[in-house]
Amino acid sequence: MPEKGFPNAVPGKLVAVEGLDGSGKSTQVYLLKRWLELSGYKVFFTEWNSSDIVRSATRRGKKQNLLTPTTFSLIHCTDFADRYERNILPMLKAGFIVLADRYKFTALARDTVRGCPPEWVEQLYSFAFQPDITFYFSLPLRTALDRILVGRPALKYHEAGMDLGLSPDPVESFKIFQGRIHKAYEALARRHRFTRIRSDRPVEAIQEEVRGILRDRIDLAQYKAALPRGWR
Amino acid sequence: MNLPRTFYGKGIPGVTTGDLHGKLIVLEGPDGSGRSTQIALLTEWLERRGHAVEHVGLKRSNLVAEELAEAKRGNVLSPRTLSLFYATDFADQLEHRILPALRAGFVVLADRYIYTLMARDMVRGADLPWLQSVYSIALVPDLVMYLRVAPQKLMERYIYRGRELDYWESGMDIGYSRSWYDSFIRYQSELHRTFNRLQAIYGFVTVNGMRVPRAVTRDLQTRIEAVISPNG
Repeated sequence: MPEKGFPNAVPGKLVAVEGLDGSGKSTQVYLLKRWLELSGYKVFFTEWNSSDIVRSATRRGKKQNLLTPTTFSLIHCTDFADRYERNILPMLKAGFIVLADRYKFTALARDTVRGCPPEWVEQLYSFAFQPDITFYFSLPLRTALDRILVGRPALKYHEAGMDLGLSPDPVESFKIFQGRIHKAYEALARRHRFTRIRSDRPVEAIQEEVRGILRDRIDLAQYKAALPRGWR
Repeated sequence: MNLPRTFYGKGIPGVTTGDLHGKLIVLEGPDGSGRSTQIALLTEWLERRGHAVEHVGLKRSNLVAEELAEAKRGNVLSPRTLSLFYATDFADQLEHRILPALRAGFVVLADRYIYTLMARDMVRGADLPWLQSVYSIALVPDLVMYLRVAPQKLMERYIYRGRELDYWESGMDIGYSRSWYDSFIRYQSELHRTFNRLQAIYGFVTVNGMRVPRAVTRDLQTRIEAVISPNG
């Protein structure tokens, strides 16, 4: 189908943020969104959460432990495709700046760590546009783990990577799993030319850098909303 | 005839094929081509000869069959999402039904396989390399037989049996025509053309389905015998 490869043949711009849990990416993309909308730009925010149609299947699969690396990957790709075609693509066609809190690279990292061949997963997700900018919030693994594991309730089975049999202890399993995800992200960062943002710094400093990059790489004037907020 | 068993691509992570001693036999063909009748007759015949038979088909996985049926009823998914949903359904059956049955030495009769899924998607505009990559997880069957019935004949069978034309089997979602008849004939013709294209790649056996069931069965049995008898 047509939406493949470079350059993006839609008027909108796609900005993705990726990084480990605890890298501060959600805070940063939230601030980015506020800045853009308060400045009167057409911006649409989307995050990685399940759409209704596959949520029940995913839930059952997880509960009954039916999921294998392959079906885990395919069911999440189905879910992503639904959200992509329902939200992301239409908004790009409508000329919005789309901010995605986690995009296909989250799946690429996770699925390859679970053992799916990287080329297979890359091909699977090849229908989805390459972002115009992919911000990769990187920080030392140690720091990320400390941030997440402090004051966090019990880790969920798949979240801790328990299905990989890395360790019977969820916290230990989570640490090893995140370590592997970290490595997978580093490989993706090179292959897909992520824009690396060092995120072990004050929130304000990071946000300033991110806004600066956005201003440099996207001609924001083109995305000024014709009507004030509330009238769209 | 006894070639080493392989996947079309890298297959399923962690699965080797050395111990898959059973036989995978696929029957392809449109609705109304007599697939279910033939599968019932073949099952009887195989069981009488002492073979253990397992059945798989489309939309029969524990993981997503229910959600898939729901999604089709509501017709809310894009072709891409539906395609991935079917791929998930297929992968789940491959891992939880087909592979275990082959390991246990069963004859697995598949009431359609990846080729129908690919053909349907191709008719709806999906590109073949993408589909081939998605389905590189599939096991190469021992035998694939395609029941060929001309679209006009299919239509007659439908109406003669007092069945209503199915929305999807008539390709109504594609929008060829608002006439069910025209859409059905056009869609089934496109599917057939696509099957011919796939046959050139995957080498199925085409069986003339426009004969009395017994004659078709004898034909199928001869083909199956050639695959299952060599080693007794």
